[in-house]
Amino acid sequence: MRTITYRDALREAIREEMLRDERVFILGEDIAGYGGTYAVSKGLFEEFGEKRVRDTPLAEEVITGAAIGAALGGLRPILELMTVNFSLLASDQIINSAAKFHYMFGGQPQIPLVIRMPGGGGAQRGAQHSQMLETMYAHVPGLKVVTPATPYDVKGMLKSAVRDPNPVLFIEHELLYNIKGDVPDEGVEYTVPLDRGEVKRAGQHITIITFSRMLHVTMQAAEDLAKEGIDAEVIDLRCIRPIDIDLLVDSVKKTNRVVIAEEGWKYYGTGQGLAALIYEFAFDYLDAPIQHVHGADVPMPYSKSLERLAMPNKDAIVKAAKAIVPAVLAHT
Amino acid sequence: MAIQTDPGLVPYQILDAGGNLVGKMPGISAERMLSLYRSMQVGRVFSNKIIALQRQGRATTFGSLVGQEATAVGLAAPMQPQDWLATSYREIASLIVKGVPIPTLAYSFRGFTPENWPAETHCLPVQIVIGTQMLHAVGLAMAAKIAGDPAVAVGVCGDGATSEGDFNEALNFAGVFQAPVVLVVQNNGWAISVPRSKQSAASTFAARGEGFGVPARLVDGNDILAVYDTMSKAIENARAGNGPTLVETLTYRIGAHTTADDPTRYRDAAEVEAWRARDPIARFQKFLIARDLLAEQRVQQLIEEVEEEINEAVRIAESMPPMAPDSFFDYVAATLSPRQQAQRADLLRYINQVIQ
Repeated sequence: MRTITYRDALREAIREEMLRDERVFILGEDIAGYGGTYAVSKGLFEEFGEKRVRDTPLAEEVITGAAIGAALGGLRPILELMTVNFSLLASDQIINSAAKFHYMFGGQPQIPLVIRMPGGGGAQRGAQHSQMLETMYAHVPGLKVVTPATPYDVKGMLKSAVRDPNPVLFIEHELLYNIKGDVPDEGVEYTVPLDRGEVKRAGQHITIITFSRMLHVTMQAAEDLAKEGIDAEVIDLRCIRPIDIDLLVDSVKKTNRVVIAEEGWKYYGTGQGLAALIYEFAFDYLDAPIQHVHGADVPMPYSKSLERLAMPNKDAIVKAAKAIVPAVLAHT
Repeated sequence: MAIQTDPGLVPYQILDAGGNLVGKMPGISAERMLSLYRSMQVGRVFSNKIIALQRQGRATTFGSLVGQEATAVGLAAPMQPQDWLATSYREIASLIVKGVPIPTLAYSFRGFTPENWPAETHCLPVQIVIGTQMLHAVGLAMAAKIAGDPAVAVGVCGDGATSEGDFNEALNFAGVFQAPVVLVVQNNGWAISVPRSKQSAASTFAARGEGFGVPARLVDGNDILAVYDTMSKAIENARAGNGPTLVETLTYRIGAHTTADDPTRYRDAAEVEAWRARDPIARFQKFLIARDLLAEQRVQQLIEEVEEEINEAVRIAESMPPMAPDSFFDYVAATLSPRQQAQRADLLRYINQVIQ
């Protein structure tokens, strides 16, 4: 094991997959000599050349449509969209083409396409550049949507995504690229499945379900709760679609209490979808209403101070957990 | 009558890079020229100031406009108060010319939405999504035409945006509906790290007009008089009911894409230096001095006056209270839902208990 950044883990996954399979190539805006807006593809242009590391004109819809065409033609494109916000320009291609072709053409063609893009706020990018939109895509049958939160997961999941025959929306987070974590040594092959969440911290009093950057906020909240005698189990969903419902139900059976913590908006989103599933499959095991920690229902403010207030924080998770864990349970 | 749409390959110039008169002088007063010159200095000083503040943590992400002052000022100066301006993030000097107060802009780059955004200036908020404002400009122009309002709309985007569907769809609508709009491509050579040559195989973006039946002009974007003259004619042509014009201005982004970018990673210093030699402010300054419209010793004094104006604007912006912590609920919708009101109350409780 060694400690590397999320960014480096991504780059290693791309590089290893390009070395493993010559059908794999990357395309997107500013990814070649520039090395990607978030410096993920740095060095790949120099190593693999223009044929397999393609800078494109600034046009999300055609980049995505062309990548779908390349996937239909037998290649395995990894497409970088600069952010999930700009994927809205490509949403017709994602929803009406990538998600549908396999179905509409009787299972004949496969679309082995990975669309990488960061979402989320916290970097003062303003209202049009700070959104969590995984929930929009997770609504659509035919797409896989994943949100890895650690260097280990992001490397293993990107490798799985490249090898997957379906279109995978691979949603990173602007504030995760510099975080560090343990990853197996180079050359030690591993993958992480695209349909499994993971218990990142075992606990007995309450289950906190989260994903993407909020995992790290939640882990801090769990430490604070521990000091007050509340032993939280933290589950990282990792995959928004398909959802690992069994993992959630098993945890709820043990703790009987749930907080869902996400950065995105409250209504009709990932958190509410999860709550509905838990009520459907584990209602009898719940001892309290599910608590939901989420971003303020506003477009993201541009100023640092206001943005911080509009994003959910550790305190909100602690408060939500304490609201449903009776004092008598703590310290047991 | 056939529409003349071919802009040719030679950009329209009135002043060459050395500030020599090589074209026909437009009808413009000396006072007006000095005002354009000052506005260009304001744009440059403002841009450099906000970047300096960003480095100190006093401003948010910002895109430099240095090197593009002639286009930014020249496209907005001929506009009438009722005309609409829809820009990207790099035309801050256009907004200043169109009447947005500098303290308001400085406050906005602290990250705060000015409560009193001067709607009467008919400037749309700055767009981050590439090319989207071109659609809005065409819509504003179509509305003005329907309403019989003598307003023209100007939409501005960069070279990268010409690859977006939005740009091409905007041109098509403008042509089909003969909208009173001027669509400006501020071709500054780079879309972040992607050079002009990788954006389109066509020789010019102006040539795109022909395919949509929209007359087009190719202009030296570092020549303030050429930009001003071209825009004056295109705007008044639209106002007279003669439809849209596409204008490509050839300029160069001397600075970084934004404060989050480092252009030394992808372009040669020699290229930047070559464009510095075509600096739009220096060019116009030489012309004004040669014509005895500006005294050489006045230049430094004028720059200091502008710096003082910008510093004062920043002082005003920094003395304005930050937006109240719960203010981001204010303008989410005309009225807040009960649930949003509850979220707002929760936030206030949190602030009172935890932060204060």
